[in-house]
Amino acid sequence: MTEIKSHPVDGLLRTDRMPHIWCPGCGVGTSVNCFTRAIEKLEMDLDKLHVVSGIGCTGRVAGYINVDSFHTTHGRALAFATGLSLSRPDSKVVVYSGDGDIAAIGGNHLIHAARRNVDMTVICVNNYTYGMTGGQVTPTTPDKALASTTPFGNFEHTFNIPNLVAASGGTYVARWTVFHVRQLTRAMVSALKHPGFSFIEVLSPCPTLYMRRNKLGAAVNLMEYFKESAVIENGADTRTVALNEGKTVLGEFVNVRLPTLRESYEERMKEALGEKFVPYEGSK
Amino acid sequence: MAVRKGIESSLAIAEAAAACNVDCIAAYPITPQTHIVEHLSELVNDGVLDAEFIPVESEHSAMSCCCGTAAAGARTFTATSSQGLALMHEIMFIAANLRLPIVMTVANRALSAPINIWNDHSDVMTERDCGWLQIFGENGQESTDLVPICHKIAEDKRVLLPIMLNFDGFIVSHVVEPIEMLTREEIATFLPDYEPQQRLDVDNPITMGPVGMPEVYTEAKMAHEAAVRNAYGPICEILEEFGQKFGRTYKPVETYKTEDADIVFVMMGAASETCMSWVDKVREQGKKVGIVRFRLWRPLPVEAFKEAVQGKKVLGIIDRHFSPGGAGGPVAQEVKYTLYGEKDAPKAVEVVAGLGGRDIDFDTFDKIFDRCQKVLDGGEVPPFELIQARGGHYGKI
Repeated sequence: MTEIKSHPVDGLLRTDRMPHIWCPGCGVGTSVNCFTRAIEKLEMDLDKLHVVSGIGCTGRVAGYINVDSFHTTHGRALAFATGLSLSRPDSKVVVYSGDGDIAAIGGNHLIHAARRNVDMTVICVNNYTYGMTGGQVTPTTPDKALASTTPFGNFEHTFNIPNLVAASGGTYVARWTVFHVRQLTRAMVSALKHPGFSFIEVLSPCPTLYMRRNKLGAAVNLMEYFKESAVIENGADTRTVALNEGKTVLGEFVNVRLPTLRESYEERMKEALGEKFVPYEGSK
Repeated sequence: MAVRKGIESSLAIAEAAAACNVDCIAAYPITPQTHIVEHLSELVNDGVLDAEFIPVESEHSAMSCCCGTAAAGARTFTATSSQGLALMHEIMFIAANLRLPIVMTVANRALSAPINIWNDHSDVMTERDCGWLQIFGENGQESTDLVPICHKIAEDKRVLLPIMLNFDGFIVSHVVEPIEMLTREEIATFLPDYEPQQRLDVDNPITMGPVGMPEVYTEAKMAHEAAVRNAYGPICEILEEFGQKFGRTYKPVETYKTEDADIVFVMMGAASETCMSWVDKVREQGKKVGIVRFRLWRPLPVEAFKEAVQGKKVLGIIDRHFSPGGAGGPVAQEVKYTLYGEKDAPKAVEVVAGLGGRDIDFDTFDKIFDRCQKVLDGGEVPPFELIQARGGHYGKI
């Protein structure tokens, strides 16, 4: 009889939904692998972990992770997660979505969740394009890059997402690529342990749309590029980490402990109401 | 002479918008509309179309941006679907009440949850009350022809309203069919250059969208209601003019083999084309059945519809959206509105079908026909029903 071997992280995945929808060479699955390893390493209580996604290729993660998950509307994952985080203070809330979802249509929620230091971890897979709808230009598409809506090259300025989040008030900000799986896993561990708003930008290849259109070769070529262009600068000033040709600055840029939204709220209420204030224990 | 070529409907619609020489396009990607604006961005970049293409960061921004360009006096075009249209909702009312003649194509798709990218009419039907004109194309040719027609209607000085051109997502948008493409020169003979009635202009300043206090709000709404209702005449004229020029005449309400029919199906969208084939088939078996379809949905062509169903005994009304816990499907609701209090009004068998991409096929029509036939034979009118649902679900209202 053939023995069917299970994968070490099968228990964390909804294997009944496999095969997944990601293309060969896509990095989203690799990042999910790192995420499952981080969960295992932290021995997290899976009943107290919630994964929230928006719409898009990375938005499918919520559907594949075998924990309570919420597949929300386009751009609103952080808004949903803010409500979830405040109503379940004993749980860990993770937003797992793409650059288009988090930095474009959901950009407003990103800056305000970071500003409030809401207790959540955001994993933003940046593949430089809207993959699900056919490769249109996003706020993260590099200068002059081709997209289906910029056939002569992108002419808009590009977001430096770590800088955006750090400037907005994010208290943990890191960037890795799907080539750097060990570092990415370690960063996920740190982010999940971090009280407050933690954010990891994960650079990832989109071989089907972004790379093909820009004649960047196969996914492995971008992995090689990630390897060769990587410059690890922990604690780097996020103003200097914009993605430039030939240099990909990676690392843990920000890691400070500041009061979370819930902590600030309780402190203020205690000051204002004294003994009358009863802290919220979470929904049962 | 117009060229007939095999082309994906979405691309043909984009080509038609380009041939209308639109000035501004602001859009955000969403399935199944994406190919329309993608192709327009190519046409702009290739220099075929001299227009501003603005790839905004959400549909809320897309419709806001369109309001801006239309207010500045530009011929404005956009496209969306489903969640995108829902995200535009806030601005939809503003575009209509500011009387900005925007043309928007909507590749109709179901609304979440559950997430579904396939076709039904829940997106357009939830925008019924926003004060836009709404028209439906059943196939690629019609949807393509309706692009210049929509621009002409919207920009007509007797109308000046935004217009939504609906067609079924995937079923129409992604199908390659032979389409007779009108050239820019041909369209120019039908659609004159856009001359805005009023626009934001520093030399002649006006204010758009100020506060409407209780003393004026009702009057503003009354003016809007009159504008939408009175658009009916110009719409009929423009449809007629297009027919005379290019040989394809569209009507606010269209009928198929209804002359001798006692039972008539009422619907809108691409399913009516499938239904035409089904009617042909069952007529060979001696079943006298016809189709009435709404092409124009706003303003609701009340009189034309009444005339189309005059003397009919039973209507089989097919909706692709419904109001849970409410009065059933929107087409059925409005059909009943047109017939309430009429003498010898036909009985109405109301069904909901084709939700979230479920095909409306011959079997579905057979089932609906059976129910209609029972009513014709003196049976009771059954309650509104999700006819394709498994498990015999029978929604009673």
